[in-house]
Amino acid sequence: MADVKKIATRDSYGKALAELGAEYENLVVLDADLAGATKTAVFQKAFPHRFFDCGIAEANMVCMAAGLATTGLVPFASSFAMFAAGRAFEQIRNSVGYPHLNVKIGATHGGISVGEDGASHQCCEDFAVMRTIPGMVVMSPADDVEARAMVKAAYHHVGPVYMRFGRAAVPVVHEEGMHFEIGKGEVLRDGKDVAIIANGLMVYEALVAAQELADAGIDAMVINMATIKPLDEELVISAAKKCGKIITCEEHSIIGGLGEAVCGVLSEKLPTPVRRIGVNDVFGESGPAAALLKKYGLSAENIVAVAKDFCGK
Amino acid sequence: MNQAEKKQLQITACKVRMDAITGVHSAKAGHPGGSLSAAEMFTYLYFKEMNIDPANPRMENRDRFVLSKGHTAPGLYAALAHRGYFPVSDMPTLRHIGSYLQGHPNMNYVPGVDMSTGSLGQGLSAAVGMALGAKYQQKDFRVYALMGDGEIQEGQIWEACMAAAHYKLDNLVAIVDNNGLQIDGNVADVMSPYPIVDKLAAFGFHVMTIDAHDFDQIEAAFAEARTVKGKPSAIVMKSVKGKGVSYMENNAGWHGKAPNDAEYEQAMAELNAALAELEGK
Repeated sequence: MADVKKIATRDSYGKALAELGAEYENLVVLDADLAGATKTAVFQKAFPHRFFDCGIAEANMVCMAAGLATTGLVPFASSFAMFAAGRAFEQIRNSVGYPHLNVKIGATHGGISVGEDGASHQCCEDFAVMRTIPGMVVMSPADDVEARAMVKAAYHHVGPVYMRFGRAAVPVVHEEGMHFEIGKGEVLRDGKDVAIIANGLMVYEALVAAQELADAGIDAMVINMATIKPLDEELVISAAKKCGKIITCEEHSIIGGLGEAVCGVLSEKLPTPVRRIGVNDVFGESGPAAALLKKYGLSAENIVAVAKDFCGK
Repeated sequence: MNQAEKKQLQITACKVRMDAITGVHSAKAGHPGGSLSAAEMFTYLYFKEMNIDPANPRMENRDRFVLSKGHTAPGLYAALAHRGYFPVSDMPTLRHIGSYLQGHPNMNYVPGVDMSTGSLGQGLSAAVGMALGAKYQQKDFRVYALMGDGEIQEGQIWEACMAAAHYKLDNLVAIVDNNGLQIDGNVADVMSPYPIVDKLAAFGFHVMTIDAHDFDQIEAAFAEARTVKGKPSAIVMKSVKGKGVSYMENNAGWHGKAPNDAEYEQAMAELNAALAELEGK
């Protein structure tokens, strides 16, 4: 897997918006002075009359999107994850979630792979806060192909959706034309000793780890769980039944994200030992994305170490 | 408007006051003060100004109203009920378990409510989105938002004002209920929003000031708003909090408190007397 193509999922977001925009006139895009970074500028260039820059005012942007949705439009509101899920949490909760409006939040620059900007911009809390909102779909794609398919699925889904995309280029693991379904996990590698459930850029790391684990005699299943909510409980339970051990991997705090969602299902339906890999209740820092991911344990190397320890090898 | 029409609006506003108070009394909680200060505004919007159809609350090209100061839902509900969106006899279910008349308006439960509100500062932004949606889709509906004078302490209101002017939303009318009181006391003492008119003008609004309880002035302001092109309009209406019930008037204590049985009877007696006078009985 050394020479795989790398694309940032924020690029996929902008591209998918422009593709959808050509097909659907009721799709409108809002941004908060970050169009160049969130890549909504790609849409803006193609459809300037359907792109609304709200300036640096995320709270207003989210509620404007809510108002637009009440008139039959399908707004995608974009900012960095920190300012969408963070700054505008209460607006998303009360003006989008509570009335269950057809607003899509496209949040880029999630996680610590934001890199050099440092902790103030490295949102590792968005899955946690977004999944507490009733009726909210929460997703994070593994790569370019999945990200584009996800944006299209989000457009067709009626109701609020939160999508998190990344800043850094990540390896493409899916074949073009993949079928994406909201709420369905995907077994990328079968195995029987331990199931690694990952999302976002940790999916590739999990695949690399599984190969190394195979060499060490550990047969790891790898699941891409792009939808955090609604969680594919059936797949979590079947993986737990088969492997008896679960490792969750996410570029997010170990509090409140994919790991705890998986633990929640298993503790009630099929108690199974779980190890959570994520950001360990600390803030990030400035640095190159790759170095940060390594330092904070968001790497194939750490997955291998945790899995070996877990499996007693 | 002619005298007969004005009298009818005054009668309706009086009934809106009575049913708002009835709801709050039955709920043993709620916000009478700001419901009463805006009773004429609710009445005028739903009985005169807005293009709406109670039989078809989701009519695509209807005018929209956003109660940004969502806590004064009792006043809005009473106006909607009298306009025929739902039975007036449901008002006592306000804030009761299982009722569609939630403490703050829910657009999916209450026919006629165009936006769920309650968290202050968000409604104007939603109204901006609606007005922008009309412009983009080349629809000619108008959008009205009612804010409290305490509510405009929220920073998001001014984000929304910037956006309304930036996108030249001349189909939007932002209304400030300037009753001068909020929970902790005088708005001027708590955190002064003044000068409200100058601020709104500086943000790019065509601003009008009126007496909130004078239907002629309300009518004139809305007529003027329709002539304004290329910028949003704002109406700052000077009002009396708790208007129509003597012991509630200009008393911040009645911002969010229900009358007890004796107080309720007195309120109804006062409003019934006002109604009888209007009806010439």
